[in-house]
Amino acid sequence: MKQILNMITATISLNKDHMPVQRDQDVVPFRNRVKEYATKIRMGLVNQTKLQTAASELVRNMLRYGGGGEILIEVVSRGRDNGIRLTFSDKGPGIADIAMAMKDGYSTGKSLGLGLPGTKRLVNEFDIKSELGKGTKVVILKWANG
Amino acid sequence: MAIDITKIFKKKQTEILERWMQNQLADAGLREDLMSNEDLRAESEELITALVKSLNDKNLSDADSGDFDHVIEILSGISISRARQGYSPRETGLFIMSLKQALIEVVQDEIEGPKELVEVTLKLNRLMDSFSIITFETFIKGREEVILRQTDEISEISTPVIRVWDGIIALPIIGTLDSARTQVVMESLLTEIVESESSVAILDISGVPTVDSLVAQHLLKTVSATRLMGAECIISGIRPEIAQTIVHLGIDLSGIVTKATLASALQYAFRTLRLVVKKEVKAIS
Amino acid sequence: MDRIPILKMGQFLLVTIQVDLYDRLALDLEADLVRMVSKTGAKGILIDISAVSIVDSFMGRIIGNIGVMSKLLDAETVVVGMQPAVAITLVELGLPLKGVYTALNVEKGMDLLKLKIQVTDEDETDPEYDHSDDISE
Repeated sequence: MKQILNMITATISLNKDHMPVQRDQDVVPFRNRVKEYATKIRMGLVNQTKLQTAASELVRNMLRYGGGGEILIEVVSRGRDNGIRLTFSDKGPGIADIAMAMKDGYSTGKSLGLGLPGTKRLVNEFDIKSELGKGTKVVILKWANG
Repeated sequence: MAIDITKIFKKKQTEILERWMQNQLADAGLREDLMSNEDLRAESEELITALVKSLNDKNLSDADSGDFDHVIEILSGISISRARQGYSPRETGLFIMSLKQALIEVVQDEIEGPKELVEVTLKLNRLMDSFSIITFETFIKGREEVILRQTDEISEISTPVIRVWDGIIALPIIGTLDSARTQVVMESLLTEIVESESSVAILDISGVPTVDSLVAQHLLKTVSATRLMGAECIISGIRPEIAQTIVHLGIDLSGIVTKATLASALQYAFRTLRLVVKKEVKAIS
Repeated sequence: MDRIPILKMGQFLLVTIQVDLYDRLALDLEADLVRMVSKTGAKGILIDISAVSIVDSFMGRIIGNIGVMSKLLDAETVVVGMQPAVAITLVELGLPLKGVYTALNVEKGMDLLKLKIQVTDEDETDPEYDHSDDISE
């Protein structure tokens, strides 16, 4: 019974897409790809802009600190709401103190130091995992009507 | 002795449909105003065809079986569309319940052994009950969608942006200001600023019951966004008790222009735009 | 290589950003603008971002840099035409866009620049907005 109900609530097929990002020039095409997906699930303009900006911040971090990496773009659904999930994986040096990195005003690089916490405010879900010497993985999710 | 239930239903498909239609039409609560008999028959036939096609001896008591995906899809579609059209739960339930009756009637005619009959009837009962539950689940979901849509409409209605003067717009906020609402307020305010090329926006909060630190934060965000666009945002309608709360909570609103009434905000806006309102002095002849 | 064109209009430099900037392009624009200010002795820079759909912290920093650098060369910077969605996102992100003035459109931006140059010696307390923005009836 439960299985059937789940089938009803999650009828929209998941759409997946991998994108490697190695250079500065890859940032704009990646943002455009995100926009394409967001338009497809009819995300509102403000939410689209927030998602794209968050994606832009994270992809820059990945290039600056992680030496590039790969991004997984997914369309997900929960009940009647659709959303976009982005997974940024790099094989860089990793972040030593995540709690510190998530504080407003902290930055190791020459940025404004609002990267991670600011980005978190722009999306509905934010998750970061990092292992020193192995790399960092950031997952964000934005609902179309979130 | 095994009974080939699939065969029986295949053979009797037309009869099932007829009986089902009869059951449905016999009900006094039939909504002929919402759906014609022809449409009802077409809907019923579609469902029966799908059901008979996917039904076999093995899955008879197992509604979780993937074989019924198509049936459930049709059923959910019918149920959701009925919820939107304004059918009552009873009327929607009757649709699937009367099918159960028709199926059991047919089985009664076809199976002779009482033991087999009871067994098949029980299984059928369970299967159709599962379908009924799904019908209700989706019916409620359909209703929830209607409610959600209305909620959206209400939040749009409740944020009217008014062009007070050439270059001045006002937005009276009525009700609680949560983060979802702030987003709508910000969006309509900023869009209107662009469209009307206004330099001053007045946000009137006379209708906001309480201002806590979260609401204040939302107000500050709106003001900052307005300034980024190149316009000024004035908060008006600060009641004395709200002023007290703001100070007691230690909220800093010193960075923004606040006025007690919409009138004084408008006056400030006029000054900003270097407009003068004068009382006409009639010449005494 | 692509470059964002800079137009000179009297005392002012006019830049319209029509494409989404990748980093190199933005850094080049920063350098080009500062060089142009120094070369032409321009008194004001007007950056039209009405066609820009995204301003992230990098772009925000470039814009801020342009503002501060040109101020050192005695020129004011006005950013005009920011999209509502971009403004909302910047506020949420926590990016204040310091060092530049903002205006609704090119016309109002020009008026603001002219005004700034007249009062250039006067002390300005609020750099984000100047409500003497001129709309005379």
